[in-house]
Amino acid sequence: MTKRAILAVALLGVGALPGTAYAMHIAEGILPASWAGLWYAAAVPFVAWGLHDLRVRTERTPLFKPMVGLVGAAVFVISCMPIPVPTAGTSSHPCGTGLAAILIGPALTVVVASVALLLQALFLAHGGLTTLGANIVSMGVVGGLTGYGVFRAARWLRLPVGVAAFMAGLLADWATYAATSFELASALHGGGSIGRMFAAIAVAFLPTQLPLGILEGVVTAGVYRFIQSRRPSLLECLGAEERDPA
Amino acid sequence: MKRAVLGGALALVLAVGLYAGLSRMHATWQGVDEAVVERYAAAAGRPARPPLLDPGQGDLLLFLFLIAGTAGGFVAGYFFRALFPPKGGPGAASR
Repeated sequence: MTKRAILAVALLGVGALPGTAYAMHIAEGILPASWAGLWYAAAVPFVAWGLHDLRVRTERTPLFKPMVGLVGAAVFVISCMPIPVPTAGTSSHPCGTGLAAILIGPALTVVVASVALLLQALFLAHGGLTTLGANIVSMGVVGGLTGYGVFRAARWLRLPVGVAAFMAGLLADWATYAATSFELASALHGGGSIGRMFAAIAVAFLPTQLPLGILEGVVTAGVYRFIQSRRPSLLECLGAEERDPA
Repeated sequence: MKRAVLGGALALVLAVGLYAGLSRMHATWQGVDEAVVERYAAAAGRPARPPLLDPGQGDLLLFLFLIAGTAGGFVAGYFFRALFPPKGGPGAASR
């Protein structure tokens, strides 16, 4: 089943794209070796945490693997689907990690994001192998933890589940692009200020990512509500209901 | 079935409308990787390098995308139907 899940991710991603994708992924060669190594080192513990979580939860719940496969395929496709943004005249993509985090948890979100990013770097010229660690940190770690944290906080504040899911998708998207801005600024600021370069890059992302984040929030809320209405037991199986008693 | 047909027709109309609208706009639709990431990287003296594995160009690539998309669609459908059986179907009772 795991092989099928990986195959689904690979085939869906390759099949979804008729050309080079446009995204936040940091391309091959942009980061100096020392920074690329640092971001790899930062990503490894989170990937290990996710793999451990996968093993434990798979032993407990038989439905878990197909769900991880489906979520992985969704993250793969979503994170390499260029969407034109009329307000900016440019294209970008949502991340899907906010949705993944509230469905399968932040640890496994890092795993599915890592698989998606690795396949994109290998076969789609999207991102890069040297910058894989940085891309995992921004999309998988920061996006996943933000989405999960926001969803839990919103539920703790007794906000409706649709609103919580919307905020999770929205802020996970924006946090991913903020993290990418920081990664670029920290490595490339040269003699200038990191803060100034971070602000400049983040502001450059804004016209495209502001509306796209809202779209991602709407999609996240829609998918969560779909599962809740169509098969609520699945959320219980995944542990989402335990985390979401309301 | 009727809902699926209506949904498909609506999606088609929206897609055609969206395409017609976007194609009339005077925008390049450049991706933010080029418009933002690569622009700042190039300004800092770190331009992007070609990918280690070149995915290739031309109709062969299009053919591979088609095959992979078809196979991927079937695999995704398999997972989806395993997780969300049709209403009133054999797996629906356990929802």
